[in-house]
Amino acid sequence: MVVSAGAETPTSTGSSTDRGTTLDVHDLRMRYGSTDVLTGVSFRARRGEVLALLGPNGAGKTTTIEILEGFRMRSGGRVEVLGTDPARGDERWRSRLGVVLQSWRDHGRWRVRELLAHLGSYYAPYSTERTSRPWDVDELIQVVGLTEHADKKVGQLSGGQRRRVDVAIGIVGRPEVLFLDEPTAGFDPAARREFHDLVHRLTDIDDTTILLTTHDLDEAEKLADRILILAGGRIIASGSADELSRRISADAEVRWSRGGTRFVHSTGDATGFVRELFAQHGEDVADLEVRRASLEDTYMTLVRDHESGRADGVTRAFEEVAR
Amino acid sequence: MSPMVVAARAGLSRGRIELRQSFTNAETLWGYLFPTVVLLVVMFFLRGAKVPGTEFSLGAQTLPSTLGMTVAFGGLVTTASILTVEREDGTLLRAKATPNGMFGYLISKITLVSGMTLVSVVLLLVPGLFLFDALALDSATAWLTLAGVMLVGMVATMPVGAVFGSLLSNPRNMGLIMLPMMGLIATSGIFYPITAMPGWLQAVAQVFPIYWLGLGMRSALLPEAMAAVEIGDSWRHLETLLVLGGWAVAGLVLAPVVLRRMARRESGSSVAARREKAMQRVT
Repeated sequence: MVVSAGAETPTSTGSSTDRGTTLDVHDLRMRYGSTDVLTGVSFRARRGEVLALLGPNGAGKTTTIEILEGFRMRSGGRVEVLGTDPARGDERWRSRLGVVLQSWRDHGRWRVRELLAHLGSYYAPYSTERTSRPWDVDELIQVVGLTEHADKKVGQLSGGQRRRVDVAIGIVGRPEVLFLDEPTAGFDPAARREFHDLVHRLTDIDDTTILLTTHDLDEAEKLADRILILAGGRIIASGSADELSRRISADAEVRWSRGGTRFVHSTGDATGFVRELFAQHGEDVADLEVRRASLEDTYMTLVRDHESGRADGVTRAFEEVAR
Repeated sequence: MSPMVVAARAGLSRGRIELRQSFTNAETLWGYLFPTVVLLVVMFFLRGAKVPGTEFSLGAQTLPSTLGMTVAFGGLVTTASILTVEREDGTLLRAKATPNGMFGYLISKITLVSGMTLVSVVLLLVPGLFLFDALALDSATAWLTLAGVMLVGMVATMPVGAVFGSLLSNPRNMGLIMLPMMGLIATSGIFYPITAMPGWLQAVAQVFPIYWLGLGMRSALLPEAMAAVEIGDSWRHLETLLVLGGWAVAGLVLAPVVLRRMARRESGSSVAARREKAMQRVT
């Protein structure tokens, strides 16, 4: 499991020969001017796996995904998507990727079916025996639940419907790897739920690897097989929602006061620590409080502290937990 | 079929679809009809005036000049504005995310801009021919010259328009192109013979394509005798070809470099950043 920079040292360089690996990122670094955005991101994904890149705004999620999409040059590190460096990916490589962009108002005059048929046509020469490209337009429209709106203009759709069009565009070429950047930003809860169902349907139909970014813990938990928490330019924790929450809540926070001064201590063995505390200070200990942090608690603390610029301490605490 | 052929076909069909859309959209329809009506009204009132030194109608002389202006406008302004708008709204990024999508996009824009310009030319030319008996499109040479000027004009202006479109950071800066365009139109002998301008202005105007496009169109539609009021008493076909060819070469050399640089910089976050900016402006 990848925890942070240097935690994983691949022994073989020929990871692309590993047939199940679709994403292989090692020590990815990105620097804008004098600002380090990514300081060594490493992770891998297998065919059919859904990965969520979770982190507060500005953590480097979009930068990471854009480097993998081949839309942005990296400063350092090794990246392979489907065995190819995205910086040197050709059009055949591109035909195997799906990118769901954040929509705005492009193609507003196009009808849904017309647009999907048009964009799909570019993928036809890239059909293989395994994968027939592009997706049949009417079938695709049905999968994303837009059958009733197939002849409407894109500009007349609601926000949620419009987002389905974006997803349909992303998967029209039957991608082997699908990138979703903040797929549900600006969704109401109902639209969000429908979108989650759609993603589940996608992973059922094809063996697609999905990498999505989100700052919504709940969403990451619902969609992803594995969550990567990105903060301060590194992946500070990774695992299934279950694993993360078990590992983090294994840690408890002990608060007490002694002689009017307040103390806080994080420990994996709260009972032992408290026993020791009383053995040492006895009746001086007051206001004792032992609290296990939930995944959400810890994540929220991380986000809050990151935004107020005190990320380092929490990041370290998180790393200690993860170790 | 090779992927490039597929993309070229997709581009052609995209161009056709977007051209069709331009007829059902209020904004683009206005763009077709408004200048046409204004120009026809202007020429109607100029029909009685004479080109200085001749008995020829100034209105009739203006019509072919405005055809040249329309071609230049389509190639430069329409190309640039489509490019800035579609870069901002994310259309270009979608093309980039599609295999050979940028190539298809390029083909589609050439198709679209040529189509839109052709429509604008026809909208002016047809009523113009009824309005002015002095205009004659009755020989194969006239038609060929008209088609040739149009073709060379598009090749000379579209790549340059694409360069401008790539350099402008957002559609609100189109004024940076529109203002000099207006200035050039005023000094390029479109609405009044260029020979009435001071010599240095004539020299400046002859560097740019608008004057030559107007001249080329006049040579196609006006009687031979009208060459007498032009600079050098001639239609100067060779010079027209040389200047427009020069612009075409410069544009075709520069455009791929600038377009590639612009496309390389496109990413989800750059589109998002522009959206943010535009939204701030709206609210």
